[in-house]
Amino acid sequence: MDATPQKLPSNPIPRILAEKETKIVARDVNVYYGDKHAIKHLSIDIPDRAVSAFIGPSGCGKSTFLRCINRMNDTIPSARVTGQILVDGKDIHDRDLDVVQLRARVGMVFQKPNPFPKSIFENIAYGPRIHGIAKSKADLEEIVVNSLKKAGLFEEVKDRLSHSGTSLSGGQQQRLCIARAIAVNPEIILMDEPCSALDPIASARIEELIDEIRQNYCIIIVTHSMQQAARVSQLTAFFHLGDLVEIGDTEDMFTAPKNKRTQDYITGRFG
Amino acid sequence: MPDHTVTAYDDELASLKQMVAQMGGLAEEQLARAIDAIAKRDVRLADAVIAGDERIDELERQIEEKAIVTIAKRQPMAQDLRQIIVTIRIASDLERIGDLAKNTAKRTHAISGEMPRKLVTGLTRMGKLAQEQLKDVLDAYAQGNAEKAMQVWRSDEDIDALYNSIFRELLTYMMEDPRMIGPCAHLLFGTKNMERIGDHTTNIAENIYFLVHGKMITEERPKKDSTSTTNFPNK
Repeated sequence: MDATPQKLPSNPIPRILAEKETKIVARDVNVYYGDKHAIKHLSIDIPDRAVSAFIGPSGCGKSTFLRCINRMNDTIPSARVTGQILVDGKDIHDRDLDVVQLRARVGMVFQKPNPFPKSIFENIAYGPRIHGIAKSKADLEEIVVNSLKKAGLFEEVKDRLSHSGTSLSGGQQQRLCIARAIAVNPEIILMDEPCSALDPIASARIEELIDEIRQNYCIIIVTHSMQQAARVSQLTAFFHLGDLVEIGDTEDMFTAPKNKRTQDYITGRFG
Repeated sequence: MPDHTVTAYDDELASLKQMVAQMGGLAEEQLARAIDAIAKRDVRLADAVIAGDERIDELERQIEEKAIVTIAKRQPMAQDLRQIIVTIRIASDLERIGDLAKNTAKRTHAISGEMPRKLVTGLTRMGKLAQEQLKDVLDAYAQGNAEKAMQVWRSDEDIDALYNSIFRELLTYMMEDPRMIGPCAHLLFGTKNMERIGDHTTNIAENIYFLVHGKMITEERPKKDSTSTTNFPNK
């Protein structure tokens, strides 16, 4: 890997990074929205087959960085990204890299569930179809069923796959969105506050789902709930004012963080 | 440390700390009076100590309840979480110290008859040492001073060493005069209580270390109590 050597803001290296392979490597990443310097010289390693949580107050840059990973910031005219982001050692800003392919590898789930205004079946089938993943109709059906099963939604919707995705409850819609993301066989799943619009039971279901699928994906979750970060993740990164302040194994970050800013934030002493 | 955004949370944590301090003060006082009672063979004072233990137990209950409610309400993190957990643990050690002081005081009744004064000096010496250690560790807690707590932790071996010598001394008295076996056995238990108080004091020191540093002590504590392996000397 030809990553620029850059000091990571953590010492020692989190144990989870030693245990797992590294999926994403970012070195000296800067993001500007016009004049605003939203992310400052960020360097971070993200483990594969584990859940990493990004925490921090609003405007700290955590969602901005999340959106760098599947180049969603490309769609914002004023946004400018510098530095290196490698997925499996390959720079995602390489000219020969197909952004559409990248986004198939890097799925995303948003704060508010956003199913397509189509049937439940079509919501899932859409991605595999346009990416040419399904070879036959039977193949496609299998993908839909499997994705719904992995997302823990199949039993609830198996008799109404032709109903509109928007007819489901909020929590079910969010699981539908996760099923939709899973359907195209992504390697990375980005979740931007996936539970903030859900009630506690629906949130717990999503957390349970994340826990079940984490063995197979590199998952990054942005959350405002410290308890949620503590529950679902193995690695936690704390952002503040565009800086990555501290990164560490989740169990250490919530019991004995090293940095004072992290400590003040997670204990509710900020500002 | 800046205050919490929710000020009631600061109040709750401060109140827990204050309750532990109060409990510590009571335990110190109980211990001092228990030693005094047995040294002077003052059964009225001993009874006062026995009755006084109830207040310590009650405080422990209150601390536990308050800690549980605070955890449920605030979902504490990092040093707040450590503080609450440590509060519960220290309260439990102080409660045990209170029990041991009470048990020592109780023995005043058993030895209130004829007995040479010199027999009890070992126990009082040991009691004074345990008292000092307890006072130092409570100061360390009030100041959040892990280094001071570690000093207490390390010097527990002094109590252990003294315990060994008193143990041998009391065995000798018992052999010299079988009539002394009864009172000496009680003094031995009293002395053992002081040694145990020293152990609880080191627990408190370990918890202060954890509170401040966020990790447990990994070092092995120096130990000098060898009475469990000491043979009855043949004469």
